[in-house]
Amino acid sequence: MPLAADIDARALRADFPIFAPVGDREPLVYLDSAATSQKPTAVLDAMDRYYVETNANVHRGVYALAEEATARFEAGRDAVARLVEAPREGTIFTKNATEAINLVAWAWGVRNLRPRDVVLVTEMEHHSGIVPWQIVAEITGARVVFAPITGDGELDLDWIARTLREAPVRMVNVVHVSNALGTINPVAEIARMAHEHGALVLADGSQSVPHMPVRFADLEADFLAFTGHKMLGPTGIGVLVGRPAILADMEPFLGGGEMISDVRTDGCDWADLPWKFEAGTPPIAEAIGIGAAADYLRHIGLEAVRAHERALVAYALDALEDVDGLRVYGPPDPDRRGAPISFSMPDLHPHDIAQLVDRQRVCIRAGHHCAKPLMRTLGVNATARASGYIYNDSADVDALVRALHAARAYLGG
Amino acid sequence: MAGLDDLYQELILDHYRRPRHRGTLAHPAIIVDQHNPLCGDELHVTVCLDGDRITEIAHTGEGCSISQASASMMSDAIVGHTTGEALELIEHFRQVMHREVQADEDQLGDAVALEGVNKYPVRIKCALLSWMALKDGLLTRMVDQQESR
Repeated sequence: MPLAADIDARALRADFPIFAPVGDREPLVYLDSAATSQKPTAVLDAMDRYYVETNANVHRGVYALAEEATARFEAGRDAVARLVEAPREGTIFTKNATEAINLVAWAWGVRNLRPRDVVLVTEMEHHSGIVPWQIVAEITGARVVFAPITGDGELDLDWIARTLREAPVRMVNVVHVSNALGTINPVAEIARMAHEHGALVLADGSQSVPHMPVRFADLEADFLAFTGHKMLGPTGIGVLVGRPAILADMEPFLGGGEMISDVRTDGCDWADLPWKFEAGTPPIAEAIGIGAAADYLRHIGLEAVRAHERALVAYALDALEDVDGLRVYGPPDPDRRGAPISFSMPDLHPHDIAQLVDRQRVCIRAGHHCAKPLMRTLGVNATARASGYIYNDSADVDALVRALHAARAYLGG
Repeated sequence: MAGLDDLYQELILDHYRRPRHRGTLAHPAIIVDQHNPLCGDELHVTVCLDGDRITEIAHTGEGCSISQASASMMSDAIVGHTTGEALELIEHFRQVMHREVQADEDQLGDAVALEGVNKYPVRIKCALLSWMALKDGLLTRMVDQQESR
């Protein structure tokens, strides 16, 4: 059953080699795209073609092959910048979203945070939005403070407003869509409050950029981090988008080749943006791959992706109610949540749930989702998590529910 | 349940549903907490000794069927042994989990049923959690005793 008019998940699967039938094996029910997405042929081919047709280092050679490699690499940047409507000089390639956040923590945080300054993070933050700031706080004497969540798994905006008024907050690191709760956070509203009090805002778009229209300007954040492998692209590449004026004032993160305009024995000058923050030979094939992924997503249309996933989540929240005692975490309203759905079942550990549903080739995640502060707030050690994407439909949800019933029957005993 | 019978043997499910030695001892000689960073599971183990002999073990905490059953089976297997024998038994179980040796049923008792877990790399940590907790506790006690001499 197609969930929304704009996307036919079954038809789209033809673009993804991993879903090709293998003999009489049960079909793959992949519901772990919040961990990593599958890759369409368009991405794999673009990366292959680079190695086969134009392999050369970028920004160095004067020969035609190197010019072509450089052109494809920079075209990858343009495609990513178009996806989130960011300026290309503010679109920096990193290894992943984690490195993008670390870049800000080190290049901005170490030089700007003072003792007693506050870095505001949230209780639903991924460890990648917590640990870099804890490390930098240790160095600078700043404090990392956690914004609490409400019973429905939403941020307490009043608390954030009060803290911004009363504490010397310099940076707010907020996840746009929670990987563990699914909550869509009002980044623009938080950014407006933060800016009134002189704080900068870093939004973690790892779970939003692949799944919904995200315009950098509309977020009103100063930085946006996301990663290639969750948006149909390869691993090994992430993106930091930043306001060029702020990036221009920052010192580099990593030093080396590529990121300089001149090196003398008594010092050096940095390259222009964005290359100032891209030391060493970059992940070239991966930049081309993430560019192809961005083009693929734009071709489908992020509005359509969002409509499809909203319908998928609504269908799943309804279907999961059939499973006795199953508890879903996060906002009950599908309009307020992205793709990930975390849940628990009484007397069934998430590890056992994930292991048992795998019998029907249903892939879901079990664990703390790199969000241990959140798990403590929820009062659990771990949850199970199902997360869909463009290639999932209601039949996948039905398969999950059947597999959960079977798991309960098997272990409930 | 094809493919998972190695993992979820009836004996394991029985220990999971009716764990032995569950709880906390009143005056333990050894107290140890262990957690599995992979899943966040936590385990609290207490041990009573008479001289060098382990007279009782109790375990509490939250965990999956494998870690819970393993704690129950371990307690069964260890009680009555000396601390030295317990360390040898723990080492044997560790080797079984890493497929270095075949499980010795005479030594392990019901815990022999956990041998099949070694085909599931992610779950080996679950099975080992309680055993490594006890090992930590026993070794810490030995160090403390040497220092107090």
